[in-house]
Amino acid sequence: MDDVAIRCEGLGKLYCIGERERYRALRDTLTEALYAPVRRLHSLVRGSNNGAAAERDITFWALRDVSFEVRYGEVVGIIGRNGAGKSTLLKVLSRITKPTEGRVRIKGRVGSLLEVGTGFHPELTGRENIYLNGAILGMRKAEIDRKFDEIVAFAEVERFIDTPVKRYSSGMYVRLAFAVAAHLEPEILLVDEVLAVGDAAFQKKCLGKMGDVAKEGRTILFVSHNMTAVQSLCGRAIWLQGGQVVQQGDAAVVATEYLQTTAESCLVQAWPDPQDAPGNEKVRIHGARVVDLDGAPIAMIDTRTPFSIEFSYWNLKEGAHLNLAVSLYNQEEVCVFTTTTVNEPRWHGKAFPAGLYRSVCHVPGNLLNDGSYRAVLLVVRDLANILYCHQDIVVFEVQDSAEGRGKWYGKWSGAVRPELNWSTERLSSRMNVGLTAGSRRGR
Amino acid sequence: MTMSTNASSELETIPAEIVIEPSRGWIPVNLREVWAYRELLYFLTWRDVKVRYKQTLIGAAWAIIQPFFTMVVFSVFFGYLAKVPSDGIPYPIFVYCALLPWQLFAHALAESSNSIVGSQHLITKVYFPRLVAPIAAVCGGLVDFAISFLVLLGMMAFYGIVPGLAVLTLPLFVLFAVVTALAVGLWLAALNVQYRDVRYTLTFLTQLWLFATPVAYSSTLVPEGWRTLYGLNPMAGVVEGFRWALLGKAAPAGPLLMVSVAVVVLVLIGGLHYFARMEDTFADQV
Repeated sequence: MDDVAIRCEGLGKLYCIGERERYRALRDTLTEALYAPVRRLHSLVRGSNNGAAAERDITFWALRDVSFEVRYGEVVGIIGRNGAGKSTLLKVLSRITKPTEGRVRIKGRVGSLLEVGTGFHPELTGRENIYLNGAILGMRKAEIDRKFDEIVAFAEVERFIDTPVKRYSSGMYVRLAFAVAAHLEPEILLVDEVLAVGDAAFQKKCLGKMGDVAKEGRTILFVSHNMTAVQSLCGRAIWLQGGQVVQQGDAAVVATEYLQTTAESCLVQAWPDPQDAPGNEKVRIHGARVVDLDGAPIAMIDTRTPFSIEFSYWNLKEGAHLNLAVSLYNQEEVCVFTTTTVNEPRWHGKAFPAGLYRSVCHVPGNLLNDGSYRAVLLVVRDLANILYCHQDIVVFEVQDSAEGRGKWYGKWSGAVRPELNWSTERLSSRMNVGLTAGSRRGR
Repeated sequence: MTMSTNASSELETIPAEIVIEPSRGWIPVNLREVWAYRELLYFLTWRDVKVRYKQTLIGAAWAIIQPFFTMVVFSVFFGYLAKVPSDGIPYPIFVYCALLPWQLFAHALAESSNSIVGSQHLITKVYFPRLVAPIAAVCGGLVDFAISFLVLLGMMAFYGIVPGLAVLTLPLFVLFAVVTALAVGLWLAALNVQYRDVRYTLTFLTQLWLFATPVAYSSTLVPEGWRTLYGLNPMAGVVEGFRWALLGKAAPAGPLLMVSVAVVVLVLIGGLHYFARMEDTFADQV
């Protein structure tokens, strides 16, 4: 195991739920001790093994048969839903809790960050907490002395360094806590979701710092829900589900695969029978699909992917002048756009004979921001009368795209994410002239 | 947890390879690792001391007020009214001299018993040898002890008592009080994780122990033949040792001290192993 930093073999962790949720009173143990022989006798007489069955009910495997290797300098993301065992895995690797089975070998100095600000004491000042927290995270005093100014500057709390942290704003508190953690220099770093704290600007700083650390060739194990961060920071990812490894490999591939199975989308709806299709005596909906440009089912849409939404419907009234209007709503219930068929060249403005129709709307890439969207379909007659309105005709997820972001891994703000053209020119080499002429006209 | 040290780099005591596996059977006590984390031990103790009197009006004066007023009350009721014999030593200093190690012990015992439960936010989030917590808790009481010791010096000057050479043994008795507290505290700290009954037992236990210790009275009240057995209470040896070292009272009997040492060593070794056995479950159960 020359270049293997972490080797995990058949790791398992069994939790007894009963024990974990509440502490035992001595009374419980005493009564249990009294009843145990009786119970054992009972099961002996009945010839069954009730005791074991009861035990199985209150235990569960938070991790089971987890095996993987991490090489030196590798940055590995651990992804999975809540309760998949990600945090338990980190707890076992950072030696907070013991595994029930299996074995881990770790070569190198380990630093773990399961939360920011572990051991911060509200009564102590910022300065005192830096030392305390540093020591708790495994830093030497000499090391903290050396990095002290850097930590304070990173946290941007210079003015308040001798104020008790209980008087800090929550933002300052988190910044200070992260600053200490960020200056930890172990060979192997285990990080859990700590980046999900603080304001956007600070998150950016933290992720930037993580990126720097990764580039220095440090080994990092990174648990996160932020797929963008995982995809941009990690080379490899391990996907856990129900305590077991579902997939491991290239971070982009695993993350994509993970997103596909977890997105709560409704990409296809179909009502083949006009009798019970949604609608009324004038129009009925046959179906709707989100597809790629060739009309094939689409696996994943990211912010750069162009795609189409197909609607098919029955016109039941001979000669009606129909058009469609589609409104797209994002998670915040903001209507991102409404589009209609008024520019459609072939059928718009004509009388529709009765029959089945299909209208396709092309949505270009580089338009939608990442997030979840739902479409509302309106079928309109004579450009004014709404014949039928269908909520959530399709629901789809637009994934984040790591490209074109630079070093910013946080949430990209905005209802849309268009790719717009920019140009920059140098107006002058002289500072004063450039300032007066440039800044007034620049905006 | 099995740890094996391979090549040691610039960090002398941090092992180069860690093997994490389920613990079975006999678990060795890893004191070397505690030594490697001595800086954390220092910072945790320092935190306890710093935080204790923050946002109090009179601060560290509390460390003096408590033993001082206990001494006054004891002097009035036991010394003046009940006329408890004090072997020819003025009763106030006789009792204050015993209250110092007693309060050091009682405080250390309470803090160490509560150390694991009290630091559960650390235990569940970061690894360090769990032994550091009770040890740091015990050390925190030494500062209070030093402060209240100043009052004792003042009282000795007032009564014109000059200690003999025996005063040089005083640090040994201080250490003995602390180790006794740690030995019992280790058991209680580990038990406390699983059984919160410890919290209620503790006040009660400390109270009984106080009366079983010759603080308000002299151990010479105990019949001669029983004194060796009295050594089963290690604090009896500590308190009598203090009076001997500082006030020139007759030296505590050798057999009594030996019994005390033997008891403490046994309880300490047992406590260390029980603690080591239980510490793997702390994070899950606390």
